[in-house]
Amino acid sequence: MTTMTESITDNPPPQAPVPNDGRQRDRAEGIVLSEYPRQETELGGKTIGKISCENPFMVVEDVNVYYGDNHAIRNVSLEIAKKEVIALIGPSGCGKSTFLRCLNRMNDSIESARVTGKIMLDGQDIYAKEQDPVALRARVGMVFQKPNPFPKSVYDNVAYGPRIHGLAGDRAELDAIVHSSLERAGLLKEVKDRLDEPGTSLSGGQQQRLCIARTIAVNPEIILMDEPCSALDPIATARIEDLMDELCEDYAIVIVTHSMQQAARVSRRVAYFHLGLLVEVDETNKIFTNPQHKLTEDYITGRIG
Amino acid sequence: MAIEKTTREKVEAGLARRHRKEALFRVVGMLATVVGVLFLGIFFATLVAKGSTAFKQTFVQLDITLEADVLAPGGTLDLGYADFDGLVRSALGKQFPEVTARADRRQLYRLVSVGASYALRDLIEKNPALLGTTQSLWVPASSDVDMLIKGNIDSNVDESLRTLSDQQIGWVTRLAARGRVESRFNKALFTNGDSRDPELAGVKGAVVGSFYMLLVTITLSFPIGVAAAIYLEEFAPRSRLSDLIEVNINNLAAVPSIVFGLLGLAVFIDWMALPRSAPLVGGLVLTLLTLPVIIIASRAAIQAVPPSIREAALGIGASNTQVVVHHVLPLAMPGMLTGAIIGMSRALGESAPLLMIGMVAFIVDVPGSLTDPATALPVQIYLWADSPERAFAERTSAAIIVLLGFLLLMNFAAVVLRKRMERKW
Repeated sequence: MTTMTESITDNPPPQAPVPNDGRQRDRAEGIVLSEYPRQETELGGKTIGKISCENPFMVVEDVNVYYGDNHAIRNVSLEIAKKEVIALIGPSGCGKSTFLRCLNRMNDSIESARVTGKIMLDGQDIYAKEQDPVALRARVGMVFQKPNPFPKSVYDNVAYGPRIHGLAGDRAELDAIVHSSLERAGLLKEVKDRLDEPGTSLSGGQQQRLCIARTIAVNPEIILMDEPCSALDPIATARIEDLMDELCEDYAIVIVTHSMQQAARVSRRVAYFHLGLLVEVDETNKIFTNPQHKLTEDYITGRIG
Repeated sequence: MAIEKTTREKVEAGLARRHRKEALFRVVGMLATVVGVLFLGIFFATLVAKGSTAFKQTFVQLDITLEADVLAPGGTLDLGYADFDGLVRSALGKQFPEVTARADRRQLYRLVSVGASYALRDLIEKNPALLGTTQSLWVPASSDVDMLIKGNIDSNVDESLRTLSDQQIGWVTRLAARGRVESRFNKALFTNGDSRDPELAGVKGAVVGSFYMLLVTITLSFPIGVAAAIYLEEFAPRSRLSDLIEVNINNLAAVPSIVFGLLGLAVFIDWMALPRSAPLVGGLVLTLLTLPVIIIASRAAIQAVPPSIREAALGIGASNTQVVVHHVLPLAMPGMLTGAIIGMSRALGESAPLLMIGMVAFIVDVPGSLTDPATALPVQIYLWADSPERAFAERTSAAIIVLLGFLLLMNFAAVVLRKRMERKW
């Protein structure tokens, strides 16, 4: 869950984990709000910057997320375009992972979680009653913080998605999907002769690329990445970042990261979250060179977080 | 005057005490292990010492003339009525022609088991052509003779206090001197059902009864237990009701087994009118007994599946059922099997609930189906331990050895199965 995904980071902030119960929230508020009283963030009320974009593919409107009594995401609105990389940054516990998991309804499996507001994917409300989360997740794939290949062979890992969704008509077609997915994930060369070996026998970076291959094998429209490099070394991280550059030619990528350098390197737009509020969204350049909100500025200059 | 100690000095001052504590901790753990192993060793040693003799049985060689006149008066052989007993007796009489008095002859006949005439009948049944010939056969000695040969009867004890008289002991000694007494493998122990005569009593009925019972138990409790665990872990909404169910399952695992026997008696026999003493009912009762164990172990195994695997599958778009069937179940299966084996082991050793449903009856026949009257190994052990004959003492230990062997075999099968499952993933 979110608590876990926040625990290992590139740059561990001295902060409480994602608030998912009352006690943790109090701690988070205690630490951060002593310096930044809530009024300051709520005075602005609206998100600063440009939440809209050209040709929005996914439109998030006034989304609120509650874990029980805990209000984890407050009135967040955001538009995500096709073929763009948007980075979600912010201190631990600010709700960026929670927000990410709203986009493919991964929060459904948390019983106390409640989502209000509207998230439209290509004009369709993904929280509508008739929307099947299974079909949604085939369109909105997800890569997790820790590489989590199935304890199956490399081949079966990549083939799993196409198999359950019935994407391949026969074995040859499945082979083709597996190969092209591994190729696009930049892994084919390394594992060409090891397709029958368990996916867990690969190195950490290879495992993460395997997970990316597994995700793109289903040919999703959006890929959500929840700190995909935080468990990897710099070399593996660089490979994943290169990969993201290539993938964004076909997919929209939403990435949560604790590394501002990474956000600067890979994303076109950056969204800064703070205590469940979306404080500021803008072009990456603008956020890092000329942030409008004091909180954003303090965060990217390293004064908080 | 107080000299300020440095951190290093403080740490070093406490080191000796820490080392002492650690050593003590290790010694206590080692002692506990040694005590456990010691008890286990004593248990096995006494068991083998007492039980191993039961795998041998004394046989007596007799030259038996299969007289056609005696066996088939009027030319027709009726195996049910033929006087095989008479033939055995006259063969025994021929060994000691000087014994003529009626009382003495009766004493003499007690040296050979009634199993001798059964052996004779089996021989004729298999090969009727032997009628009229004289055969030199090894027939089982009576259990008293067996005990004498095994050294369990002390001839120094007053004659009235032993089961064999001085005269009988003399006969046996003379037979032995002629090379007509031999200790052989006790096949009857494995091929016969229960008997009042120790030399004819075997565990086959109990082994088959136990096997049928466990068959019923595993086929019912494993699928039901696993399905219940999956439902409770993966699909059931958290509510007061599911909490109540959880508490009750945990409590059920601790309910004394005899209570399950009473339940079985009331529900399966009284209400559903299933037959008494049947492995079917025994299996049903043991299913109730093992279900909580399997459910608890299966739930623990499901909880041990890393959430990252679940998320990975969900993130690709697997449905809840697919996540469970494709990922959770295979990963949890080894743990579930362990739970099943713990449950089965408990079921195999259980006797109290079986007493309540009539499986304690004296049953000679080997059960042929799930509804035949049967007994189970632990109950058989209980019955033999209760028998007064000296020869049943060693058979009790032998039956325990058989029970442990059964258990070992079952565990071995489970380990093999588990290994295979683990390799698949």
